[in-house]
Amino acid sequence: MDDPYETLGVARTASEAEIKAAFKKLARQFHPDLHPGDKAAEARFKAVSAAHDLLKDKEKRRRFDAGEIDAGGAERPQERYYRDFADAGFAGGPGAHAAGDGFASNEELNDFFARAFGGGGGGMGGMGGARRGGAGFKARGQDASYTLPVSFLDAANGTIRTLTMPDGKTLNVTIPEGAEDRQMLRLKGQGMPGFGGGPAGDAYVELHVEPHRFFRRKDDNIHADIPVTLKEAVLGARIEVPTIAGPVAMTIPKGANTGMVLRLRDKGVKNRKSGTRGHQMVTLKIVLPEGEEPALAEFLEGWEPRMPQDPRKEMVS
Amino acid sequence: MTGIEELVGRIEALQRRDLEAWIAEELVAPREEAGALVFSEMECARVRLICTLRYELDIEAGALPVILSLLDQLYDTRQQLMALTAAVAKQDEAVREAVLRGMGE
Repeated sequence: MDDPYETLGVARTASEAEIKAAFKKLARQFHPDLHPGDKAAEARFKAVSAAHDLLKDKEKRRRFDAGEIDAGGAERPQERYYRDFADAGFAGGPGAHAAGDGFASNEELNDFFARAFGGGGGGMGGMGGARRGGAGFKARGQDASYTLPVSFLDAANGTIRTLTMPDGKTLNVTIPEGAEDRQMLRLKGQGMPGFGGGPAGDAYVELHVEPHRFFRRKDDNIHADIPVTLKEAVLGARIEVPTIAGPVAMTIPKGANTGMVLRLRDKGVKNRKSGTRGHQMVTLKIVLPEGEEPALAEFLEGWEPRMPQDPRKEMVS
Repeated sequence: MTGIEELVGRIEALQRRDLEAWIAEELVAPREEAGALVFSEMECARVRLICTLRYELDIEAGALPVILSLLDQLYDTRQQLMALTAAVAKQDEAVREAVLRGMGE
């Protein structure tokens, strides 16, 4: 809690009567039940009454002034205000007949206006305008939200997509390079039109990145399992490997094995913040020839490995 | 549900005499259950509000019914306005705009 004298706006030398008067004035201004439409009132009133609770008690005030206690712990326990019920259409309450469904109890009138008459902070201003006779009544347009499915590669490399709005209008959406699944793009001024010269709302586009057939993304790195033939693995080879930016050449070292991970530097996704690229991690997977290979079979019949091998040693004890 | 004793015990400043007077004046409306008066959570909140008005803001006892009646009307009007606004929000854009235009005139 802040300094209680400051909260009440009184001097440290203020008399009891001055403190009471300051509290009364602020309580009239901020008591939540007397200001049902003001969301901030509750927090202000809490601070004001906590400050008053401390300073109206002679002993507590003396100890606070002497530095023996601080202002913390003086907060009142969480109370439910009358407005929480009266505005909620509580059964049997004063306004019980009206509420209907479709909105939450704590929503302020402000929000209802914003929702009905067009978005954001414009709501209350609009209401004020109407109450004063409507001169220059303006309202900001509603925000619109969309979801946009994006292919894995479009998200990784960035692209421009054209969205057709429900009203037939088209909108170019720039998918940034390295866009992530569930990323939200805000298109300022591309929501619903405003009223009476008010600004248009914003459009929010949530990207849904589709999975890829063989690329997987982990942060800025791309992972892919790449099959190699037995011959390529044993003898080594120079092969072509797909990356998000197209195929590149890669060297398979002699004696490569399934599960071996090779790194293609800077072939990953560009980081949106740092601008540096991740890598592509290639996991090798040896595949045997598909058809019959009698020569290979014959060779293996007569083949004695130099080092006898039991790959399941760790599994069977 | 809160009994009268419990409520008086819970709100430090509350005088039982005052609470009984408020009940008699129908400023608060506890329910009778098995011969005893009980207060719903909402009625408790209403009693706390009256306590703040009476003891902290020093509003005279005679002015309480006036203030509470005006507050009740304010909340009632807010309820109706919320229902109306919620209904408007469910309409097509054309209807919403027509309503807006009507408010602007």
